[in-house]
Amino acid sequence: MAEILRINHVSKRYSTHVALNDVSLSVPEKSVFGLLGPNGAGKTSLIRIINQITGPDTGEIIFKGEKLQGKHVEQIGYLPEERGLYKKMAVGDQVLYLARLKGLSKWDAKKRLNIWFEKFEMQSWWNKKIEELSKGMQQKVQFIVTVIHEPELLILDEPFSGFDPINAQLIKNEILELRKKGATVLFSTHNMGSVEELCDNIALLNKSEKILDGSVKEIRKTYRTNTFKIAFKGNVLGFTNALWTGGEILERHTEDEIHSLTVKLVPNFSSSHFLQSVLPTCELVSFNEIIPSMNDIFIRKVNEGNEALGTKSNFTE
Amino acid sequence: MNKLGLIIGRELKSKLFNKTFIIMTILAPLLITGFIGFIIKMSQSEKTEQKVLVLDESHLFRDKFSGNEFVSLNYSDQKLEEAVETFCGKGFTCLLWISPTIVEGGAGAVKLFYKKSPGFAFQTFIKDQMEQIMYESKLKANNIDPNIIHNSKQKVRLILEKVNDVGKTEEQSSFGFLGFISGALMFMFIIMYGMMVFRSVMEEKTNRIVEVIVSSVKPFQLMLGKILGVALLGMIQFIAIGLITFLLSTALSAFFLKDITSQLKVFQQQQELVKKSGTNINLSKLEKFDDKLEVFELLQKIEKINFTEVFVAFFLYFILGYLFYSAIMAAIGSAVDSEADSQQFITPVMIPLMIGYFISTKTIMDPDSSIVFWGSMIPFTSPIVMMSRITNGVPFWELAVSLTLLFLSFLLMTWLAGKIYRTGILMYGKKTNWKELGKWLFYK
Repeated sequence: MAEILRINHVSKRYSTHVALNDVSLSVPEKSVFGLLGPNGAGKTSLIRIINQITGPDTGEIIFKGEKLQGKHVEQIGYLPEERGLYKKMAVGDQVLYLARLKGLSKWDAKKRLNIWFEKFEMQSWWNKKIEELSKGMQQKVQFIVTVIHEPELLILDEPFSGFDPINAQLIKNEILELRKKGATVLFSTHNMGSVEELCDNIALLNKSEKILDGSVKEIRKTYRTNTFKIAFKGNVLGFTNALWTGGEILERHTEDEIHSLTVKLVPNFSSSHFLQSVLPTCELVSFNEIIPSMNDIFIRKVNEGNEALGTKSNFTE
Repeated sequence: MNKLGLIIGRELKSKLFNKTFIIMTILAPLLITGFIGFIIKMSQSEKTEQKVLVLDESHLFRDKFSGNEFVSLNYSDQKLEEAVETFCGKGFTCLLWISPTIVEGGAGAVKLFYKKSPGFAFQTFIKDQMEQIMYESKLKANNIDPNIIHNSKQKVRLILEKVNDVGKTEEQSSFGFLGFISGALMFMFIIMYGMMVFRSVMEEKTNRIVEVIVSSVKPFQLMLGKILGVALLGMIQFIAIGLITFLLSTALSAFFLKDITSQLKVFQQQQELVKKSGTNINLSKLEKFDDKLEVFELLQKIEKINFTEVFVAFFLYFILGYLFYSAIMAAIGSAVDSEADSQQFITPVMIPLMIGYFISTKTIMDPDSSIVFWGSMIPFTSPIVMMSRITNGVPFWELAVSLTLLFLSFLLMTWLAGKIYRTGILMYGKKTNWKELGKWLFYK
């Protein structure tokens, strides 16, 4: 797949700490990319560099095959983590101003603004001042500001923090719709549920370094632990005998004569071998592989990284 | 460049249609002219009519007071108690009682009874006349002719003429007061508009809109747009205030100063006449303006001031001085999160301005001192100090050097401010100090 954005060995340091240390990653075109990592990992620093708000100390950013430069701001939309608008300025004027700063003509900006206002049913807000709007309404305006110039790359820093569930859902839907239309979305988040739901690819940053990246499917496959959940009717003793040394029972409970067990198999013991050996002893109800959630992978990788660095801070989401 | 225009436009629009701005622009000229008008009005004699009943028990003053168009005097030999009760009823506004002990100079020898408080000018009018009458009568009592004393008094007027390098005298208007006023105005304007930039930067930072904007334009562009937007606003306000003040003061002076300007014309014509015909002129035929000489001198000084020069200089120094200081204000505005933290940064910026202001007060006393010269060259103080000097006549090269220095410092300061601004606007929740600002200069 063609890539829209490539980050090559980017480092950034401030006087007291290193924000990014030799980070490289690639964002494929027309996909949703999740930038994950605990607080202070360097996500916002990287996002600001991509938005040309700050520059990297070393390394380079390639946008659509070209070195990132001033003209590219018009093809990028950015929703910062801490977002705000002019409190005393009317909604319509404000969005027009910000859209024109992104290079739209006055006429184009007006036309597109009308379409968005209609879509979110907010035509009557045009002359209202931002301070007269509720927080949820302000968030909608902010989202429109981010996408009105139809950017090819949309960058959202923690888009789901601070949004109420209805607006968060609205934005999720918009993200998926924009991808369908051919845009690429890059967002940073803590919300692992949204990662599995939305992301095609991710990169995990911790302590200024990239510790993991790839497609969500691949990563989850790689981090499979050969753990299965099996439910059956029959004799548990016979089941354990049949399992013998093939695996370890992590968890079990019984309800209405149905036994549910979580079994972790030894590495060379495949699921079909396992089924063959246990089927004679019981009546199978269900059988699933337990694929680790992104949340589990996230916590595991971050803690591994911290241990490797000799620090004891356990990150829990 | 197109984006810079957008930023300037927004900045201007958001402030131009602000109620406070509009009110200020209209109110300021009203206050200025009102204040000047008030002073002129105060300095002129009161126009309330006074009918005075004089009870002169000393018999020194009878028929010796001279009234004018507003003051009329009548004399009476009534008893004091009786007169106090009845003078109002007889249509007098006040009663002047003079005791025979006045010659001994004791306190309480003269009393003025009134119903409606008589003005200060009227009191002075009566007091001066009584002193003059007493003076003359005492001279006469000692057999001295008051005319001898009067004629021996000679008024001396000092006329200042500056000599330039070639040895020629220059037409000079040493009117330090106007210079001082323009220096003070400059001080006020720079602080006012500088603070406007400061607030505007801080507002965007605390609003958190700044990150959205700098993802579209360079931080430097945003800062420059703000500074230029407010500069444009300043120019508009400056011109509006100037225009309204001019119109108002012309109207007012036509109304209030009509007499005095026509008198001045007669006086000037007489002076010309004296110059031409030398001593062969009958001086007694000329109108006497002895009491107005000081006012005439003031008016002649004002006429000599090169207002165009003052105005142009003021405009240039205002723009450049403002640009210089607003760059600093933008830099420190980017460093603070709240109004409460701002004081530690604003105070050090105010100090050079204050120093400039104090130097400008020195200009009146000692216009050619070296501190005044250097004050008018160093960019931190030059806008204020040079304005205080300008009415004394400043050589062109000094103006040129001072303005060039100011312009170059503005460029340098804007460049430095841009570096601080770029980092500052994205720093939150951190207590910053000057050392920290210094570090930001070197961030990439």
